[in-house]
Amino acid sequence: MKRRDFLKSVSGIAAGAMVPAPAIWSSARADARSETLLVVTEGGPNNLDIHGVGTNRPGYEASWNCYDRLISHETKTLPDGTLSYDRDKFKPELAEDMNLGDMSVTFRLKKKAKFHDGTPVTANDVKWSLDRSVSVGGFPTVQMKAGSLESKDQFVVVDDNTVRIDFAKKDRLTIPDLAVIVPGIYNSALLKSKATEKDPWALDYTKSNTAGSGAYKVTSWKPGVEVVYERHDDWVGGKMPQLKKVIWRTIPSQGNRRALMERGDADISFDLSSKDTSEMKKEGKLVIISNPIGNGMYSVELNVKSPPFDNAKVRRAVAYALPYQKIMDAAMFGLANPLFGGASNTVTDIAWPAKTGYVNDMAKAKALMAESGVSGIDTTVSFDLGAGDICEPIAVLVQESLGQIGIKTAINKVPGANWRSEMAKKSMPLMVNFFSGWLDYPEYFFFWCYSGQNAIFNTPSYVNPDMDALIDGARAAAAVGDKEKYSRNVEGFISKAYDEVPRIPLFQPFLNVATQKNISGYVYWFHRQLDYRSIVKA
Amino acid sequence: MSEASLTAAPTTEVQPKPPANSIFRHARYVVAENPVTGLSFGLFVIIALCALIGPYIAPYDPLASDTSATLQSPSLHHWFGTDLLGRDIFSRVLVATRLDFVIAVASVALVLVMGGLAGIAAGFFGGWTDRIVGRISDTIMAFPLFVLAMGIVAALGNTVTNIVIATAIINFPLYVRVARAEANVRRDAGFVQAARLSGNSDFRIVMVHILPNIMPIMMVQISLTMGYAILNAAGLSFIGLGVKPPTPEWGIMVAEGATNIISGEWWIAFFPGGALMIAVFCFNLLGDGLRDLVDPQRRT
Amino acid sequence: MLTIVKRLVTVIPTLIGVVIVTFLLTRVLPGDPAVYFAGPAATPQSIAEIRKTLGLDRPLPDQFAHYVNDLAHGNFGNSLSTGRPVATEITSRLPASAELTLLGLFLAIVIAVPLGIFAAVKQGSLIDHLCRIVATAGVSLPVFFTGLLLVYIFYFKLGWSPAPIGRLDAFATAPPDITGFYLIDSLVTGNFETFRASLSQLILPAATLAIFSLAPITRMTRASMLAVLSSEFIRTARASGLDDRTVILTYGFRNAMLPVVTTLGMVFSFLLGANVLVEKVFAWPGIGSYAVEALLQSDFAPVQGFVLTMAVLYVALNLLIDMLYSVIDPRVRLEA
Repeated sequence: MKRRDFLKSVSGIAAGAMVPAPAIWSSARADARSETLLVVTEGGPNNLDIHGVGTNRPGYEASWNCYDRLISHETKTLPDGTLSYDRDKFKPELAEDMNLGDMSVTFRLKKKAKFHDGTPVTANDVKWSLDRSVSVGGFPTVQMKAGSLESKDQFVVVDDNTVRIDFAKKDRLTIPDLAVIVPGIYNSALLKSKATEKDPWALDYTKSNTAGSGAYKVTSWKPGVEVVYERHDDWVGGKMPQLKKVIWRTIPSQGNRRALMERGDADISFDLSSKDTSEMKKEGKLVIISNPIGNGMYSVELNVKSPPFDNAKVRRAVAYALPYQKIMDAAMFGLANPLFGGASNTVTDIAWPAKTGYVNDMAKAKALMAESGVSGIDTTVSFDLGAGDICEPIAVLVQESLGQIGIKTAINKVPGANWRSEMAKKSMPLMVNFFSGWLDYPEYFFFWCYSGQNAIFNTPSYVNPDMDALIDGARAAAAVGDKEKYSRNVEGFISKAYDEVPRIPLFQPFLNVATQKNISGYVYWFHRQLDYRSIVKA
Repeated sequence: MSEASLTAAPTTEVQPKPPANSIFRHARYVVAENPVTGLSFGLFVIIALCALIGPYIAPYDPLASDTSATLQSPSLHHWFGTDLLGRDIFSRVLVATRLDFVIAVASVALVLVMGGLAGIAAGFFGGWTDRIVGRISDTIMAFPLFVLAMGIVAALGNTVTNIVIATAIINFPLYVRVARAEANVRRDAGFVQAARLSGNSDFRIVMVHILPNIMPIMMVQISLTMGYAILNAAGLSFIGLGVKPPTPEWGIMVAEGATNIISGEWWIAFFPGGALMIAVFCFNLLGDGLRDLVDPQRRT
Repeated sequence: MLTIVKRLVTVIPTLIGVVIVTFLLTRVLPGDPAVYFAGPAATPQSIAEIRKTLGLDRPLPDQFAHYVNDLAHGNFGNSLSTGRPVATEITSRLPASAELTLLGLFLAIVIAVPLGIFAAVKQGSLIDHLCRIVATAGVSLPVFFTGLLLVYIFYFKLGWSPAPIGRLDAFATAPPDITGFYLIDSLVTGNFETFRASLSQLILPAATLAIFSLAPITRMTRASMLAVLSSEFIRTARASGLDDRTVILTYGFRNAMLPVVTTLGMVFSFLLGANVLVEKVFAWPGIGSYAVEALLQSDFAPVQGFVLTMAVLYVALNLLIDMLYSVIDPRVRLEA
């Protein structure tokens, strides 16, 4: 019997045996249920404030939904009917309007904006919050810096309702940077009362309490178990959300999450594995939405600082040895955009991520290895266990294929929390890794991953002055709107990166979500977390 | 004897022959009286055989992936189906026998040497040796055992060696206790005193006289530990601290396949799980059988 | 009383050993919390800063002294990943694990003890062998596999059991926190709806633990009963004409209980360890899952706190069992 038939027959029986709602609920609770959303994911937040030290990605979700920013993005409809944020169109959120000057931008705040505790939002709150984001250090400050927002002096209170942000230099990324999660607006009066000498920004308080003006506030948080949100009925940042209550439960077991969805006991399962996604799509019991992750790719990365991968021929040999299609099938079940097999390594447009010219060609790979003069390589391929679903099959296939060109690899699974440390050490010779940038511009990706500042994300430790010149050139061109120079530089750095291939792009993965059939309004965001504000439950 | 009078089951071996080869006779008696024990002995032989020749008779290369044939249910081509990467599960289960057997045997050998000798020393010499060994043993026992294993493997790295070491450490107290009790009992036995009088050194007494005498009792514990070692490795794999991929090992195959039960690919976890269960089952029952063989008084 | 004090004194070196070993073990764990918390795009300076704030740059003996000092003040440190004091997290999560383990143990006893008695009485028969096979089968599968299998059969296929979503369904409210045990708290406040809800969530994970602990309890009961049933006073009782039931239960079992109680202690501490896997499968918010998450993130404080708590519990349990001994068996009391 085919697996599909087996599954169909079995799910038919299960469907028949399924009761619409568990019998333990009374009818009163059933009403409350229609206005409550139950979201299940593998992990939960370790901090409700993105400014906190070591806040994890689920923590970003709490910040996104509970805090407003001055501006946000419009929504657009994609060709397949799903919704996504619109990278190029901004809309006011906490600000009423935005006046772009030459070297500054002025925002007028919405007059009726109130924090969760009822106090009005003023320009002082905005300045305090922006000051906070550039002062707390760590990731938030670095993110602000990416948009040239570095100093408190840049944030000026014009009057009670008006804020001006001065530019340090012209940077195309400044405005988009104001719409990311980091520059959220905090209730400065409340937080100042909670601040201490050791903790002037009240980071301790915001770790487990939300002090914002966003559409939702956290009313209960049990770390590792659940987060309960309730709607802020005085929200002015956009259209009032339909859902009064959101419960976000942590269910570590993937199989159980799937069981919950298929039995109708949860509303949304966020960030599904590709396998579950492809199977659940076929079953058709739930709504499955997949979006390519913007400015993101999985790649095989080679440490160019030390032998044998400091030899470009060896790297190219590896690039030809990889079984790309097999990798995409095994790791993503086809739910990804291929980044291989393009016309050539020299690209002719600025579309990003772009396909490399590499294909699986064992003969060429072996020839390049022979040319390189390096032989008998014995190395390790490492990956983040937290992304093991995807990375493990890739690692196994990489091991297999490299074995055929004389490169022996051992597989090294690095536990999720240690992955960052390992990346920081910059000692891993070969890795399967993923990077995605919030600001969907190629120069942003290259700034983090290929430039001479040798940031933690530049895992190959690739430092090349010509590359830096191209990246800087692109950024400068973007700042003044020089389209021709911009294209030239972007095409230049992409082509150079693909030719020297310290990083071998594999594919652009999809972000997958499963919802019950009565849920709509899911919007894909660049931060890859769930936005509850647009969700509607029929 | 009172046990004999209360034993209800009739024996099938009724010939009162002269006790020629008493061990085998005794063994046959025990096995016949308790067919389950006989079954487990036979099973053990089969498992050992698989461990020995498994890699040579596996139809496919356990490491060869084939992405065109992923997640196939059991069929004529692939008796146990294929996994996420298209590898033949039957071959992998077969080849994994050797690794799991090695894990089991190595863990047991290590803890037998460490715990057995420490326990004998504690029981035989008494005094400070006893106290120190006792403290170490108590300290280990005070830890939630599985978490201790996790901690050791996490700290040292997840290789087969470290898994074996971790299993040995957490079973240490048990072996110390049994060995100590046995050594204590025999410390002042006649034959030991005779050996001492003959001028044997303490070391020789321990190695030549005491150790062989307590071995039969330890045998029972050994088989139970073998089963436990395999289960331990499986639990560690579930957390992500087991053997490294793509090594075929029952535990990690079960852990990986467990998430697929809901999506209907039952065979990925079922067959390695079944093999694991049969092996542990066999070892446990073997322990019972050995106990019956060695010390019928302690029959459970 | 004096015996209890004496016992406590002997326990102290063990606890010291536990503290030292945990400390060392967690310091040897790979992964650098400083880098983890410096976050993405960390520079060597920010990493060094964070390391200083976390106190990780001081020499090991220094850190240990600090740690012991904190412990003496009841300060178990803060979890780096949740930022909360470890002591509060453990006290809030302990009842969840304890409730689960106790219910599992209870289920195991209720099934295993009669099974053991039955097997002993009908020794050598088919039932005896069947009991042995069933009990051994339960302990031959990895506990997480049993758990997932139960979820698959009873929740996914049959729908008899509620979603494995934790202690309570997302839409139900927890009872007021008196003992932390949902079953007790809901009964005490008369909230039968919540009682039913928490019980139904407890059944599958407790059953998983119970299946795993059947074997040792059954075996011990059987062995103990066999030993007792073959003793002289039983022969006398039978000879005196007492009926089977009285002989087996009143005389036999009571005397056989002692080793069974010891085994229970061992099984309980074993379950405390197996807990971590079951908690992972059933999304149970107990200390097991807490410790595992922390361990995998190289977060020292929760792991140390967890191990210490377990060690203290284990010691307390042994003490309790010893006291129980003297209640059950007067001979022990006299000896002591």
